[in-house]
Amino acid sequence: MKNITPIWEVFVRAKNGLSHRHVGSVHAADASSAVEAARDVYTRRMEGVSLWVVPSNAITASDPGDAAALFAPAEDKIYRHPTFYTVPDNVKHI
Amino acid sequence: MTQSPLDLALRLGDDALILSQRLCEWCGHAPTLEIDLALSNIGLDLLGQAQFFLDYAGQLEGAGRDADVLAYHREEHEFKNCLLAEQPNGDFARTMVRQFFFSSWQLLRFQELARSSDEHFAAIAAKALKEIAYHLQFSADWVVRLGDGTEESRTRVQTALAWCWRFVDELFAGDDGVLRPAWEARVSATLAQAGLSLPAPVRGITGGREGRHSEHLGHLLAEMQYLQRVHPGAQW
Repeated sequence: MKNITPIWEVFVRAKNGLSHRHVGSVHAADASSAVEAARDVYTRRMEGVSLWVVPSNAITASDPGDAAALFAPAEDKIYRHPTFYTVPDNVKHI
Repeated sequence: MTQSPLDLALRLGDDALILSQRLCEWCGHAPTLEIDLALSNIGLDLLGQAQFFLDYAGQLEGAGRDADVLAYHREEHEFKNCLLAEQPNGDFARTMVRQFFFSSWQLLRFQELARSSDEHFAAIAAKALKEIAYHLQFSADWVVRLGDGTEESRTRVQTALAWCWRFVDELFAGDDGVLRPAWEARVSATLAQAGLSLPAPVRGITGGREGRHSEHLGHLLAEMQYLQRVHPGAQW
């Protein structure tokens, strides 16, 4: 049987102040049932305070074949890392 | 007839316990992983409610029985759950209609219970209402989706409405009758979204509240109670 139920990518905000993080995917017929499915599958153990679902086919991914061209040039540019600054102790989540 | 607090605690506790057992029968058998988890989650919410009510029933009874003893060591005729709760799962449509009818009733009943002067009941109801709101949203969404889906899903949900409809009268027996108009209004509003309507009046089947159950409860209890009957007090 052809699977006609679309896939949705699920993002969970663990607590206020943090950004939503990708946690996995669910099958659901529409957006509202995708939110319900995500709630049931991914927030059963108090993992989050907010959910996003996005149709998987709305995501455009980079081509793995292009990985070298896209990402390798950054390898030798360590000066882009902000390691020359002192981060104050009370700044979290940086 | 005025209901004693003990009787009320047993009724509400048994409703939750028996429906929980039914829902957890879907575990590993639901159409998708998402539904599997959703039904088990609802079942576990209800199990938590059952534990609170039955522990309180045990206190009120004062015979040293706790929720576990009440759940595992009573006979069929001692259970006070409504007949709707013990009905077999049938197909997914019937499970959803059963849940939709039950949660719609539970929401109204618990809103009232949350205002009870008995603080045990009020506290259990206040906690449970958040769970029930989700159970209702979930089941109502599915009833609409099935009713408004394919010809096949619509036929199944209509069959399920007719099946479950016979057990609705029992929910509104006695003093709870005052909740019926609000229940019918809410349920009809959801059904209307899918172009469905409540079935014509039928002669309702009652008796669960007095311990007169359908043949299905015995089979359910045989499975649920087996381990504690064979190894009383077993823990793992």
